Amino acid sequence: MMRIHAELQGVTRVYPATPTHSAVHALGPVDLALGRGEFFSVVGPSGCGKSTLLEVLAGLAQPTAGSITFESATIQGAVPDGVGVVFQDDASFPWLNVRENVAFGLKRARLPAAEVRERVEYALSFMGLDDFALAYPAQLSGGMRQRVCIARTLVTQPRLILLDEPFGALDQQTRLLMGDELLRVWRETGATVLLITHALDEAAMLSDRVGVMSARPGRIIEVVKTGWSRDRDSRLASDAQFGNITSRLWRVLREESLKGLGRTGTPPRKQETI
Amino acid sequence: MSRVTWVRLAVVAGALAALEAACRSGLISPHTLVPPSVMLATAAKLLQSGEITADLLRTLRNVLAAFVTAVAGGFFIGVVLHAAPPLRRVAYPFLASYYAIPVFALYPALIVVFGMGDLPIIVIGFLFAVVAMIINTLDGLDRIPRVLLKTARVMRMGPVATALRIKLPSAAPHLFTGTKLAVAYSFIGVIAAEFILSGAGLGYAISYAYNNFNTARMYALMLLVITLVIAVNLAFYTWEQRLLRRRNLR
Ligand SMILES: Nc1ncnc2c1ncn2[C@@H]1O[C@H](COP(=O)(O)OP(=O)(O)OP(=O)(O)O)[C@@H](O)[C@H]1O
Ligand SMILES: [Mg+2]
Repeated sequence: MMRIHAELQGVTRVYPATPTHSAVHALGPVDLALGRGEFFSVVGPSGCGKSTLLEVLAGLAQPTAGSITFESATIQGAVPDGVGVVFQDDASFPWLNVRENVAFGLKRARLPAAEVRERVEYALSFMGLDDFALAYPAQLSGGMRQRVCIARTLVTQPRLILLDEPFGALDQQTRLLMGDELLRVWRETGATVLLITHALDEAAMLSDRVGVMSARPGRIIEVVKTGWSRDRDSRLASDAQFGNITSRLWRVLREESLKGLGRTGTPPRKQETI
Repeated sequence: MSRVTWVRLAVVAGALAALEAACRSGLISPHTLVPPSVMLATAAKLLQSGEITADLLRTLRNVLAAFVTAVAGGFFIGVVLHAAPPLRRVAYPFLASYYAIPVFALYPALIVVFGMGDLPIIVIGFLFAVVAMIINTLDGLDRIPRVLLKTARVMRMGPVATALRIKLPSAAPHLFTGTKLAVAYSFIGVIAAEFILSGAGLGYAISYAYNNFNTARMYALMLLVITLVIAVNLAFYTWEQRLLRRRNLR
């Protein structure tokens, strides 16, 4: 039996109506339990409520209904200690250079200076940012800025790491290598990871389990267990099981993505006969 | 120096030389305009003799007072309006139409309220500058990316730490714009007010020279004012460039 680290029960979120917009039912109801030290990925069609799910779980947004617990305490209106978030949007601080950005959270944690320096240098090097330590975000590409944000989150060694499409701005090769680095951090720290991604292969390769979300309002319609060992890396892309998992994810997701685009199921194309 | 700078200098030098020639040849009457060389010589003499030092210092002091109160007050009002949207909705039409109101038309009322001294002059400079600071403070606070505020919450920063370490630096470029405008408007407000309602200061000295047909002195004083304002603006500009270069906001 896995020990539950974070749990959502019957969670929904409705964005209230505004003068220009009617209310949006963005999420749920969602029931989800993340095991301690588990790597869980979420895939789903665009706009289905993935970011909303992450914000509710982090304590950044209030659920309209349902409850969220983290380390057996209910999350209510504040982000609990031990949670780190990498957002979908660029959240680097433009007034600080890369090193200062990465060190930002640690400066607040009242750690010894030597410890801060060591952690920051380590994070810079495994995110491939050594040469840019003194650069400012405006001088970096989008993908590099996102790496700055990942490094800034990881140096604080959160016990629950939430990542919202962190590799979205990266090319495929870098994305695979960053995935390996993430796996290494996950293994070394024993953190629980929730990764939102739009890349099915990434989800299939990195995760213990992958949750597939429906079109908005997002519910988790299927959870796929991968069964990888803990010391996996991107080389398992050549594993036969990898293809099975990816195609299973795509089967479930295809229908939902069509719905997300506003088309309800397309009739299967007839076999052409000559 | 870059080519642009050279061209700029050449244009200015050419214009000055043409002006000099026009004045010397009698094309422009000496009662209308004195040659630039005479302006410069007269300005140097005025500075050396110390006869306008008191006026100069007085103007600078009034500008400084108007500027400091406008920046501090404008920032404070901007923060309050940002924190209280209903108040902001009430204030909006006033802010939007503010610069359409000729502040100088208020000066008789200001004299009634504040008396004849420097105070009404400083108040006019302040009134002229404060709204630019309010508007830019609001702008800066509005434009803080929401994801940065979320990041602050994830880092469990309190309201004070968030204000000082996230909101302030994030809004800094706009605050700087407000500050720069406040400098210019303080100068305009103070010198113009001295012109019409004061017995001292550079503005007064210019209008005094004008009324006494002392054309050379009048132009020398104008030159001083222009040089002063350009110098202050250049200092701010340099500071801003340094501040913004690394953020690539130029
Ligand atoms: N602040 C908000 N106010 C109103 N509606 C919102 C707000 N934020 C998100 N929504 C709506 O909620 C729905 C889910 O948004 P969310 O950002 O969670 O989707 P997502 O799955 O993360 O999308 P993407 O894959 O594009 O990142 C969308 O339809 C969106 O329009
Ligand atoms: Mg999203």
